[in-house]
Amino acid sequence: MTLQLPPIAYGAIAPLLVMFGAACLGVLVEAFVPRRLRYAFQLMLAMGSLLAALVLIVVRSQGADYAVVTAGRALSIDGPTLFLQGGIVVLGMVALLLISERSLETGGPFVAQAAVTAGSDIDRRQAAHAAGGTEVYPLVSFAIFGMAMFVAANDLLTMFIALEVFSLPLYLLCALARRRRLLSQEAAVKYFLLGAYASAFFLFGMALVYGFVGSAGTDGSVGVTFAEINAAALSPTRGTGLLYAGLAMIAVGLLFKAAAAPFHVWTPDVYQGAPTPVTAFMAACTKVAAFGALLRVFHAGFSANSWEYRPVLGGIAVLTMLVGAILAVTQTDIKRLLAYSSIANAGYLLVGVLAFNKSGLASTMFYVVAYGFSVLAAFAVVSIVRDGDGEATHLSRWAGLGKRSPGYAAVFTFLLLAFAGLPLTSGFTAKFAVFGAAVEGDQAWLVVAGVVTSMVLAFPYLRVVVLMWLSEPGEQTPSVSIPGLATSMALAVGVLATALLGVAPQPVLDLTDTAAQFLR
Amino acid sequence: MAFVTSFPYLSVLTLLPLVGALVVACVPRAKAQFAKSLALTWSVLVLLLAALMWSAFDAGGARMQLRESYPWIPAWGVKFTFATDGIGLVMLLLIAVLVPVVLLASWHDAEKSKRSVPAYFALLLALESMMIGVFAAADVFLFYVFFEAMLIPMYFLIGSYGTAGAAGAADGKRQYAAVKFFLYSLVGGLFMLAAVVGLWVAGGHTFDWQALVGMDLNEGTARWLFLGFFIAFAVKAPFFPFHTWLPDAGGAAPAGAAALLVGVMDKVGTFGILRYCLPLFPEASRWFAPYAIALALIGVIYAALVAIGQSDMKRLVSYTSIAHFGFIGVGIFVFTTQAGSGAVLYMVNHGLATGLLFLVVGMLVVRRGSAQIGDFGGAGKQLPLLAAMLFFAGLASLALPGTAPFVSEFLVLVGTFTVNKAVAVIATLGIVLAAAYVLWMVQRTVQGTPNPALADLAPMRRDLSVREKVVIAPLVALILLLGFYPKPLTDVINPAVQATLADVGAKDPAPTAVRAEVSR
Repeated sequence: MTLQLPPIAYGAIAPLLVMFGAACLGVLVEAFVPRRLRYAFQLMLAMGSLLAALVLIVVRSQGADYAVVTAGRALSIDGPTLFLQGGIVVLGMVALLLISERSLETGGPFVAQAAVTAGSDIDRRQAAHAAGGTEVYPLVSFAIFGMAMFVAANDLLTMFIALEVFSLPLYLLCALARRRRLLSQEAAVKYFLLGAYASAFFLFGMALVYGFVGSAGTDGSVGVTFAEINAAALSPTRGTGLLYAGLAMIAVGLLFKAAAAPFHVWTPDVYQGAPTPVTAFMAACTKVAAFGALLRVFHAGFSANSWEYRPVLGGIAVLTMLVGAILAVTQTDIKRLLAYSSIANAGYLLVGVLAFNKSGLASTMFYVVAYGFSVLAAFAVVSIVRDGDGEATHLSRWAGLGKRSPGYAAVFTFLLLAFAGLPLTSGFTAKFAVFGAAVEGDQAWLVVAGVVTSMVLAFPYLRVVVLMWLSEPGEQTPSVSIPGLATSMALAVGVLATALLGVAPQPVLDLTDTAAQFLR
Repeated sequence: MAFVTSFPYLSVLTLLPLVGALVVACVPRAKAQFAKSLALTWSVLVLLLAALMWSAFDAGGARMQLRESYPWIPAWGVKFTFATDGIGLVMLLLIAVLVPVVLLASWHDAEKSKRSVPAYFALLLALESMMIGVFAAADVFLFYVFFEAMLIPMYFLIGSYGTAGAAGAADGKRQYAAVKFFLYSLVGGLFMLAAVVGLWVAGGHTFDWQALVGMDLNEGTARWLFLGFFIAFAVKAPFFPFHTWLPDAGGAAPAGAAALLVGVMDKVGTFGILRYCLPLFPEASRWFAPYAIALALIGVIYAALVAIGQSDMKRLVSYTSIAHFGFIGVGIFVFTTQAGSGAVLYMVNHGLATGLLFLVVGMLVVRRGSAQIGDFGGAGKQLPLLAAMLFFAGLASLALPGTAPFVSEFLVLVGTFTVNKAVAVIATLGIVLAAAYVLWMVQRTVQGTPNPALADLAPMRRDLSVREKVVIAPLVALILLLGFYPKPLTDVINPAVQATLADVGAKDPAPTAVRAEVSR
């Protein structure tokens, strides 16, 4: 028996190859380059590969027939893929800037040697002096590569592999905080255990769908590509119970990554415990990847039955918005508050997904990228509000920040108003796009739920604004550290994008509109 | 004269104060005096431009004039479209007149706070820009943007510079008022957002007001959309039972900001009903009219009763405003030309009269350091001129014949009487109560036996300064002028009101008495 290698469109997957190669190279650098040179080497390598990937993605999208299904139908490089890959890469670069910041505290936000027991003498010494470990960079590179593949996956198996490729580095990254290491490790274990369950659900669901598709797929082959699933769902040869059970389990796996209720419980703990740059990376890039995959699974894979399962997902969307908005009100820690806000935003994104039309697809992509920029900038501010013990994340410590550092308080206020969806910010245009698409898709009830939860959610944001501006600074109010070049750049990019996408969203709207066509 | 008629008034008028705000905000704190003069000059420039615009407006011409349109977000059909009818025009003039007066009246207000004086004046100018934008916009999206953006400067004016009634009252009350104001408005605005999204989908992806008027909507949709807009406007106006934020905000805001809040900003509510609710949803307007009138009547009586019981002058004036907004609401929803014109005229006159009342009360409060009525008594002995002005402003507010509010109140009552006698009778009760709350307040503060505590206060011996006379004089002159000769305003208001009522499909009742033929 001869094994036929499938034809591969190398031009289409070049960005993925570049990122994968750079990540592998990063592992080698860690092994062979002297310790003092590694930081510069790793940073240049990771940043350079992302830049190269971005250029390749842009060049690819300029071609006439860029959309192609390749590698034995495993990858679909179509409009949404290119847009979301571009989004992940750009957001990844901004997150990388935050990760590489070393001027805020000695050695950066990461632990030097994660294997040292937390709280021991060696640990105290390394916390005070040693430069942070550089294995962070290959891990981030692998994660970004995995996310880029995740949104391109054209069958469930590839999707699962990509899911693991980006999840495993994230579990590790969560455990690498320099300060409050036990909290960080606890977060990592929690994330890992729940993530493993979610992956298992996904895998089980895939097996059920495989059983449903059987040999009904194209040219008699058996597989779980979205084309085959779609064809089988349109003319089922066996009971659809398998299909729905399988879809439900796959959805559990994906909604876990997207932080939708009731699969959201890990989010606040992990967001709080992980090093802030990693939290920012997760909040921005993981969201993009997760919703890219959700869009593809629902719109390309299981669109034939959307009428049957849409109400269930609608219920999840409403629940997610409610849980995120209501629990955000009670938070006293800024990172947990942003975590619940990110849960609520997952709900708004689901509203866009559930519109099940072209504008729903386009607006969800717009929303998730716009949100990524805002949330990166927000965590950038969180990372610079600090005192002798590191970041001051408890809300009471933010009182009177507007007097101490009016500039950064103003920036953070702007970002909070964007989260609250006030006009002239990307938060408003994104919400408008998503709600408009949902009304067009006859899902007005989701819009009503979205509007009502927005009202609730405005309160916690406003509370932070009040704390910063209208309260007198207490003795405990920390000063804002002067951020290094990297954090400043990340902050500037995030804030500018938030403002630009709010004031002049047209170019990006055009981009998402032309990109909104799945190929399966 | 082609220049005078073809100048892009509305966009320049909107942008000019915003540019001024930015310039004033850049003035260093040490040069506060320069910042104040600059802001005042700037607002006078705006006033001159507004006066020119009035001359360019053709009272007998098309309904919407001075139209300008520039592309903004073509993907959604959003444009920077400005245009105004007679109703918008008079409101724009009111803003242009009130802002310089308020700036001059607030000359020393910000010095007592620990915050930047230039920023206070910059915020007032920014507020002017947003308010002009709201009245000048002819694109629903643009209107919504200004509607929400307007909240931000007002929020900081109340929260950062407000006085919480009694001297030395805690920051907490001021913050409470600012947050309550912001949340109420934001929640109302979000209802409108849902309606705006619905309107956009139902109206075929356009926001152009002129294209949307006369659009065919099915009955149910139109009623829901009407309700979305109406709630936002009812919160803004405010109508009973959405009014509870106003006394807090009006009581806590600095006098100048309170004058703008009640004098102009709240008119956005009644203006919005006239501009958006009635023409866009005529059938729904007729259907909801009885309920709206009922709410308005409750407001007239209830707010007047509560006003009588107030012990804080600023809160008292706020409650009188709620009663007056009830009158305006009745005038709008009985659908006769007389009542409608009266309501619009009332919007202007109330801005002048209540604006004056707030400013005069502010002058008393600054001298005494307290807004409690009980802290005054017989102040007229020491401050004869100021007491006279308080009396005049009070009489204007209760609509004494000869003052401008009388004309409008009379028109509303007559217009109401022709179609619904019961409503007119109940509303007339409001006038009686108005006399009670105004005269009783005047009697307890400036008349009667002098409060011994006042004699020791040096500021209580300084009657009106030149600056304060310059503040009061134009308002007094306008109130008297419009009381005797309202024709310049009614000339532009009447056609616009008739056009609006024609949209609703309401006809004026036939006159019940005709002049008898004199037989010889």
